[in-house]
Amino acid sequence: MQFDSFAAFINMGGYAFYVWLSFGVTFVAMGIIAIQSFIKHQNLLKQVVVEQERKARIKRARKQQQAST
Amino acid sequence: MWKWLHPYAKTERAYQLCLTLQPWFWAGALLCLSIGTVWGLAFAPQDYQQGDSFRIIYIHVPSAILSMGTYVAMAIAALVGMVWQWRTAYMSMIAMAPIGAVMTFIALFTGAAWGKPMWGAWWVWDARLTSELILLFLYMGVIALYGAFEDKQQAGKAAGVMALVGVVNIPIIHYSVEWWNTLHQGATISKFDNPSIAPEMLWPLLINLLGFAFFIGAVTTVRLRNEIVLREMHRPWVQTLAKQQLANTQQKRAANQNMTEGN
Repeated sequence: MQFDSFAAFINMGGYAFYVWLSFGVTFVAMGIIAIQSFIKHQNLLKQVVVEQERKARIKRARKQQQAST
Repeated sequence: MWKWLHPYAKTERAYQLCLTLQPWFWAGALLCLSIGTVWGLAFAPQDYQQGDSFRIIYIHVPSAILSMGTYVAMAIAALVGMVWQWRTAYMSMIAMAPIGAVMTFIALFTGAAWGKPMWGAWWVWDARLTSELILLFLYMGVIALYGAFEDKQQAGKAAGVMALVGVVNIPIIHYSVEWWNTLHQGATISKFDNPSIAPEMLWPLLINLLGFAFFIGAVTTVRLRNEIVLREMHRPWVQTLAKQQLANTQQKRAANQNMTEGN
């Protein structure tokens, strides 16, 4: 360990603001891109299922129409 | 010789490959990034001139190197797409673009936060900084151009041309510190025979570099799968897969709820 105490570690030799700002923004940015990718995946899967159900509905309606005429 | 590669041009095989690689990439990213970051922040020795502010190097250099590396990978994918007409190649190109843009942003931001205490300015129009900013615009251009076309095969071609032309910028970024009189310091670790950095400072840097690479790989596998699902929405294999995965997540959610209610 290069630092004498936890407070010294947080202080980063006087450069606390710049060091923690850099590391904070970096990991927040990485977190956002990762989470956004996963959320998009879930939404896409839902979209696939919804689209499929819609197609099935249209098919059923068409059949009923044909049967009634 | 290249025969083993051809099946992966099929979207279904590519999707499966992504699924197989993904857990390893995430595990590698988590492991390397936590070791490298803790080592770099707390255990690496202080720089004799820059004090503790030099610790920004442990995210600045990996993200900067990999912002260029990802761009080259993206351009190679574009080239493959053009030469062999692989749809999956264009898909992986556009899957890599956003994560590359994020890496470029991180490199620029951490550079600014390092420049302020060391140079006295958040930003200077220096050759290295400007060419890296152009890289960010190239990434955004590729994403925007791809998004502008309704026909995604056409979009892949157009964005691919842009990605390929933009490769010119990569050597400019790399050699900018030699060609121009810049404020930015010269290369540190790419001189492998004689790196100008102490080994106890270099190791966490290399580990973090590996961690960032794993992270880029992991996000790319997720985004490539997204792209495949989006483009192959009407294929039966995608439809069964979507149903299965949604059912799985619902089951998991229900199980979690039961657990919390039971407690």
